[in-house]
Amino acid sequence: METTTIDARGLSCPQPVVETKRVLDKISGGRVEVLVDTVTSRENVLRFGANKGWKGSFEPEGAGFKVVLEK
Amino acid sequence: MNRILMSKNGPAVAGLILGVIAAFLVKFGNPGNMGFCVACFTRDIAGALGLHRAGIVQYLRPEIPGFILGAFASAMFFGEYRPRGGSSPMVRFGLGFFSMIGALVFLGCPWRAYLRLAGGDWNALAGIAGLVAGTSIGIAFLYRGFSLGAARPCPKWAGAVMPLIALAILALLFGKPLFGPEKTGPVFFSTTGPGSMHAPVWISMAAGLVVGFLAQRSRFCTVGALRDLIMLRDSHLFKGIVAFTFAAFVTNLALGQFKAGFAGQPVAHTMQLWNFLGMVLSGLAFTLAGGCPGRMLIMSGEGDSDAGVFFVGMLVAAAFAHNFSLASSGNGVGAFGIPATIIGLVFCLGVGTVFLNRID
Repeated sequence: METTTIDARGLSCPQPVVETKRVLDKISGGRVEVLVDTVTSRENVLRFGANKGWKGSFEPEGAGFKVVLEK
Repeated sequence: MNRILMSKNGPAVAGLILGVIAAFLVKFGNPGNMGFCVACFTRDIAGALGLHRAGIVQYLRPEIPGFILGAFASAMFFGEYRPRGGSSPMVRFGLGFFSMIGALVFLGCPWRAYLRLAGGDWNALAGIAGLVAGTSIGIAFLYRGFSLGAARPCPKWAGAVMPLIALAILALLFGKPLFGPEKTGPVFFSTTGPGSMHAPVWISMAAGLVVGFLAQRSRFCTVGALRDLIMLRDSHLFKGIVAFTFAAFVTNLALGQFKAGFAGQPVAHTMQLWNFLGMVLSGLAFTLAGGCPGRMLIMSGEGDSDAGVFFVGMLVAAAFAHNFSLASSGNGVGAFGIPATIIGLVFCLGVGTVFLNRID
């Protein structure tokens, strides 16, 4: 399965979600990894993914998180 | 409680409590429809520090340091303190500056726009319409790839600057030092006008801390609310401002503070075009910076230096707004409020255009 990685670390609201949206709008399924640096961004990306029907999870990565969206 | 605040309904729950607190702060002595207002209170702090000399709006509002310290404590406790910064700080200073000019032309930050509505001040409708318009312009830039660049992690203590400033404001409030040249300042407190109207210090401070905590946990944001609703069809933050306005409205009714009309509203004017355009400017500046001024204070407490710089921009603008006759009063816009609003709009549209491509 092809994985797309988005580096949204350090971006202000709502750019992590906008970057994620840009990728999700182009594909119908697969695995997308979004790197974020705050809990707020993590929750925002997970909520956006869930609203679009993507299964979300996350793990710590460096000082931030890696959010994984799958469909 | 934390689980509720972190949930999808968190902003609505926080909004309900914030609305009740705001109405009660008016009951306890804050100016009309100004339970809390980040713009007005920052302006009062600028005056109290002697940065401007408008004698009726000078007071070290404890709510503001309360927001910062409440958010700081909350972020520390829940492991969300993240010292960061370096995303075009000077541009953010400018956005903070002009957002304040717009807010002082309208006479309130977005929080107060909703509180004014909840108190029956229909002039707020023009301001809220402006906020929607300004946010929509900001969204158009975001869709086209607007970004001020990524912030980077900073050393642990870099994020402590704003909480320390908050403590310094409280120290000046309680210490009331007199070491100005004429043994009068450097801290000034209004004896008449809105600056003289305030709830007891301890109540204001406790309210600020509680609001800071609730807003940090729930991510309550009045500009994000409009942005996410319009841009992403996500209403969870929007429910927060609906709950906030509704709770303040009901509490105002119960306390006999609801007075419907356009004329004679507290700290408000009836020049609707400038109520509208002032908030277009603020809404655009807030959207480009990533949140409403309340949210900026909360993020500055979480260690976000860029949000702190935005706030300092607001503080400096408050001083300019009164020294240069840019701020409105109950009589209408200030002598130079109109050109300042136009300059601000040009600045923000310029920022939106120049930063269309991500630079990191």
